[in-house]
Amino acid sequence: MRAKYLQLFVFAGLLVVIQLITMFTGSVYHLTQLTMTAYYSLLIIGLCMLIGYAGQISLGHAGFFAIGGYISAFLTTYDLTPHQEKVIISLIKKTGILVSRPDLYGGSLINLHPWAACMIAILTTIAIAYIIGGPVLKLKGHYLAMATLGFGIIVYRIVIGTELLGAADGISGVPGFSLLPGVVISGSSAFRVKNYYTSWGLVIAAMALLINLIHSRIGRALSSIHGAEDAADAMGIPTAEYKLKTFVLSAALASLAGVLLTHYNGGIGPSEASVMKSVRYVAIVAIGGMANLWGALFMSLLLNYLSLRGYFGTFDDAVFGAILIIIMLFAPDGLLRKKTISDIKRLFARNTAEKEML
Amino acid sequence: MQFGSIRYNTDTPELLFRYGMNWEFFFQYIIAGITYGTIYAVVAIGFNIIYNATGIINFAQGEFVMIGGMTAVTFSHFMPLPFAIASAVLVTMITGGVIEILFIRWLYKPSVIRMIIITIGLSILIREMSMHIWGESVRALPYFTGTSVSSINLGGVYISPQVVWVVGISAIAVVCLNFFFSYTLLGRQMRACSANRDAARLCGINAGNMVTLSFMLSAAIGALAGCVVSPITYVQYDSGTPLAIKGFTVAILGGLGNSMAAVGAGMILGVLESFSIWIMPAAYKDAISITILLLILFLRPSGIFGSAEVSRLKEF
Repeated sequence: MRAKYLQLFVFAGLLVVIQLITMFTGSVYHLTQLTMTAYYSLLIIGLCMLIGYAGQISLGHAGFFAIGGYISAFLTTYDLTPHQEKVIISLIKKTGILVSRPDLYGGSLINLHPWAACMIAILTTIAIAYIIGGPVLKLKGHYLAMATLGFGIIVYRIVIGTELLGAADGISGVPGFSLLPGVVISGSSAFRVKNYYTSWGLVIAAMALLINLIHSRIGRALSSIHGAEDAADAMGIPTAEYKLKTFVLSAALASLAGVLLTHYNGGIGPSEASVMKSVRYVAIVAIGGMANLWGALFMSLLLNYLSLRGYFGTFDDAVFGAILIIIMLFAPDGLLRKKTISDIKRLFARNTAEKEML
Repeated sequence: MQFGSIRYNTDTPELLFRYGMNWEFFFQYIIAGITYGTIYAVVAIGFNIIYNATGIINFAQGEFVMIGGMTAVTFSHFMPLPFAIASAVLVTMITGGVIEILFIRWLYKPSVIRMIIITIGLSILIREMSMHIWGESVRALPYFTGTSVSSINLGGVYISPQVVWVVGISAIAVVCLNFFFSYTLLGRQMRACSANRDAARLCGINAGNMVTLSFMLSAAIGALAGCVVSPITYVQYDSGTPLAIKGFTVAILGGLGNSMAAVGAGMILGVLESFSIWIMPAAYKDAISITILLLILFLRPSGIFGSAEVSRLKEF
């Protein structure tokens, strides 16, 4: 029982060590990429829950990420000043969720408050995930993969084809998100360390939530669905309901990641919705060992960081493609699979058992 | 992987406005729909050949089309067009065979999810390699006969000669394939493998070789489609995936594994898509065909021509 929280504390310690290293080596700028990595990791652990534990592949999670990011970017940048007189706007204004801020030219803009935008974004994503999750999760294998891929492409096409969402340029000039007094999610270097800890703090909170979920009744039900869906059904597990709930949970995490990263980067572009992103997330979950949250988290930390720092150069996508193939050909259970440890243990156990026999 | 939309012949709308009578409008759209539908059908048949032989969906199918178009453009600088196309088909065929031997042949009973991920990885690798080989520029073969502005008058309907080539060559390819599967020994062996692999093996058929052959055949027909369509749609390193999605939609629409139904389904999707411009902005065109895909998957996964009972017995 303790052990699972101990891992979280060790991980938190590791993050502090990383921050201290960047501080003492004078390379604090690395924290920017590490913060972005944290938000991608938020999506990836949710996806890991869906693919690894519930056994449902999704090639459309970049779509949920983009839905969250775009809705919050649109609502926090869309200027309501021209519509000020309208009844509905003044009603909204009375609730206090509108904020005015100065624009570049000394005038003022009236936008929705980031908290309100964030809530709307996540609730919309949850609604969409519920609506499409029902029919999509009835599908299996190739059909499931193609349906989720199709969903991702539809989001991408809509985003890139809609003028209001900035078409190919995306939305820029998204304001910072003051999460709590004194904690602002924005890219300015003054908040760099604070943002680093905020983002990873959220990841750790999400990890704690998911770890608890895995060790609960629901988690065991999910792994039985992964093992044999029909058998799980026969045992009285509401398989469809659990699959749908996991799908919605992972979509909500993806959406939250999209909202926060959009505020952090100050904008979002259509490439965030591209299918390559979805494939990349699946690649990271696969290399982490599918049903292994910690594996996925560590691989996300490593690969996203390397990719964001530009270590892969023009071979960025090719690297993830190659990873997918190599892992699936030679180690379909992933690199950091739990079994590796238990295999070694069993090897030793057998040795001792044989000795006892002798 | 940017999902660039397929480029549509820009002079078709111009033709429409120039000769804009309502009925002619209608027929022009039908012709455009049939042209694209033919290509979708050929890609769908490529999916079906591999699906029948192995039970897997090759997510890299669109890349065969792209490789075919790209190599044909490169070869066309050195040799006459027919030879360039033939060599391009040959090269893609070999690529398909090599891919099967390297990445698929030696896997023992791979799970569906594993095969999906491997073929997706392959499609990314092929696309990235093509980007490094050919660059990001858009290429096209010359029109087989005539130029981009010449047209054939069919009772008031103007069609580009390339449309005739696309439909004609694709039709010949489909008929030849049908002949191959029905009357030649090799074709029958392949069909035996797809019907029951173990029984085929007992009859002395080398099932492994049949799978390799199916990849080669599928790559070849994809490459041929890529060659004939490249003067109209152009070809680029990332033009494979959108075509693969359309092809898959058509394969599902007709019922997976049923190549003749794919032809009909291809026409339906092509025409629907070309009429969708009337109601929706062209930017959403790709979204429409994918919405159709989702609707079919949700409502009738056995396809409009398939039977639900049969599909329930299949493994997806």
